[in-house]
Amino acid sequence: MPKMTMVQAINRALDQEMARDDRVLVLGQDVGRLGGVFRVTEGLWDKFGPQRVVDTPLAESGILGTSIGMALAGLRPVAEMQFSGFSYLMFPQLEGHAARFRMRTRGRWTVPLVVRMPYGAGVRALEHHSESKEATYAHVPGVKVVIPSTPRNARALLVAAIRDPDPVVFMEPKRSYRAFREDVPEEDEMLEIGKAHVVREGTDLTLISWGAMMRPVLEAAQDVQTRRGASIEIIDLLTIAPMDDQTISDSVRKTGRCVVVQEASKTLGIASEVIAVINDKALMHLEAPVRRVTGYDVSPPYFARENAYIPGPGRITRAIEETLDF
Amino acid sequence: MPCDGNASCTDNGRTAVCPDPADLSFRIATLRVLDEQGRVQPTAEPDVSEAELVRLYRAMTLAREADQRMLKLQRQGRLGTFPLCTGQEAAACGSAFALRPDDWYAGGYRDLGARLLRGEKLETSLLYWAGYEEGNVSPEAGRTLPTSAIVAAQTLHAVGIAYAMEYHGERAAVLTSLGDGGTSEGDFHEAMNFASVWQAPVIFLCVNNQWAISMPRSGQTRSRTIAQKAIAYDMPGVLVDGNDVLAVYQATREALDRARAGGGPTLIEAVTYRLMMHTTADDPGRYQSESELQEWWRRDPLPRFRTYLEDKGFWNADRQASLDEEIKAEIDAAVQALESREGLAPDAQFEHVYDTRHARLEDQRAEFLANLARESHHA
Ligand SMILES: Cc1ncc(C[n+]2csc(CCOP(=O)(O)OP(=O)(O)O)c2C)c(N)n1
Ligand SMILES: [Mg+2]
Repeated sequence: MPKMTMVQAINRALDQEMARDDRVLVLGQDVGRLGGVFRVTEGLWDKFGPQRVVDTPLAESGILGTSIGMALAGLRPVAEMQFSGFSYLMFPQLEGHAARFRMRTRGRWTVPLVVRMPYGAGVRALEHHSESKEATYAHVPGVKVVIPSTPRNARALLVAAIRDPDPVVFMEPKRSYRAFREDVPEEDEMLEIGKAHVVREGTDLTLISWGAMMRPVLEAAQDVQTRRGASIEIIDLLTIAPMDDQTISDSVRKTGRCVVVQEASKTLGIASEVIAVINDKALMHLEAPVRRVTGYDVSPPYFARENAYIPGPGRITRAIEETLDF
Repeated sequence: MPCDGNASCTDNGRTAVCPDPADLSFRIATLRVLDEQGRVQPTAEPDVSEAELVRLYRAMTLAREADQRMLKLQRQGRLGTFPLCTGQEAAACGSAFALRPDDWYAGGYRDLGARLLRGEKLETSLLYWAGYEEGNVSPEAGRTLPTSAIVAAQTLHAVGIAYAMEYHGERAAVLTSLGDGGTSEGDFHEAMNFASVWQAPVIFLCVNNQWAISMPRSGQTRSRTIAQKAIAYDMPGVLVDGNDVLAVYQATREALDRARAGGGPTLIEAVTYRLMMHTTADDPGRYQSESELQEWWRRDPLPRFRTYLEDKGFWNADRQASLDEEIKAEIDAAVQALESREGLAPDAQFEHVYDTRHARLEDQRAEFLANLARESHHA
């Protein structure tokens, strides 16, 4: 199995799906000749041509609105937003139309599209290039929100997203794009959308996160485990919406303690929803209040100050220990 | 490539866009003062004093030299990603030069020369590209909005500002600039329409540098000129040679005069070229032809304007040498000010969230500072 970065793994998913199904096409700003500003679509233009790898005019609403039309008429568009910070310009099309065609027409017209977007801080980028707004998209009924955390699950989830009959917002943690490599199998691999992944089993505490935060989460868990011998169960949500309530509640019922880690700002983040799920399904099993480690309720600072604002292993470790000691 | 420099001509495997205004089935005003050798067309020459012309040349030179120094600083890790303005100094400076202090300026992100002419300190610009919000604070630049990184958003702000000025009975105008790519955004068209409906005193300056990252102008719009988009909104559209600083100045001044006199908005297309990468993170070798690039280096706006000044007897090698020295010192001082920066608090992001402080955020600030203290203690 070749070792790949997340960028290469996502590229492989696109490449293989385009080869497998000629209804699949890619469109967005600079995705063609340039191969995308992060090179995620590198090589696809040469291989599949400009009709299937479409360099669009600079208009996000245009990209998503036309993708909806393509999907309605039998294509499987994979649209790219160059950065999630520009995706809000397509929000009316997503919220008002992609998300609603199925409900609106009682299932007659559906919109099987994927909209990919790099999100998150930590790459010394400019304003609007660092947000984590997964909650904004998760708040739209009818839209699935998927966030991979490693090259292998990125590939397997993107394949699933492309084959999914509903609109999927696929948010790529850009900080993890090239941060590490992982074996990615040559052959077809899919992960079910709507299912969280128990990365490591444990009995003392459940640690829940997703996306770029999985790396500091694993580091912090390792640290506490080595120092204190605590047994920590780690859950990677992978799908943000619809959320896998079952996996969360099964785990927390078992461990009785939980910490949720999110990069996004605090108020109404996905962590809030995870805690609400625990409240609904596992409250009586809790032995400590559920802690969340999150960003602060401010816009992500420009890059000179960003590192201090991104939740890191230190904060996560402290939250785990305080929850264990409660 | 057979192109007269008066129009866009990017052939990247697509249809070449090289309109001769005479071939168009509609009329688009065109303006040129200097030819490519810097020789003036006397009938078109604007009436500007020697001192003012030299001030304009200085601003263009400072923008060029600062851009090139910033590239070095970025490569050394002392600045972050930034968009280069080299080649576009005539468009940025010529337009901003026509503004009065009571006019507003709502630009984009590749307009260093315009910001400097508006009075922004170079040090402030550097602070912005070094990753500090404080680089947006530029009271010296008066009615100048900060960098706008959301393509075309500023064009709508400009129209609202113009409305407010009319409301207050002010006889001033707003200059807003955007790129060729920006003309594809809905915001731009909404702004054009609002400005037209309201007859707002706004000048839309489209700096057509032929590229939106890797997308050539010809793939962005099939309109043979960008200036002609004005026709649909029933406003004047003017095509100028964007490397001819006097033409840009003249077109902007005429549009400003008209706007201030109640004549409504104007769209100006300044045809120029992005001579460097899109930003320091870009690799134009992947999509740009070297010969086209060389073609445009020959139209570099700086030597062209310098020739004009020399022909007028306003400039010579001695004056250039002392300007070069002066500018080097100014850039050195700005870099030094940037690097000896003080007073940039780590919790600055908790300031100015709202007008007044709120308990919830103050709790988070306290938590942030406590975390920071712990982490630096461990480090
Ligand atoms: C709304 C929005 N979408 C996408 C981007 C990413 N982006 C930054 S610059 C750019 C190209 C802009 O081209 P143009 O308007 O011609 O201006 P230029 O960069 O050439 O000066 C793109 C796509 C953005 N900043 N804002
Ligand atoms: Mg451009």
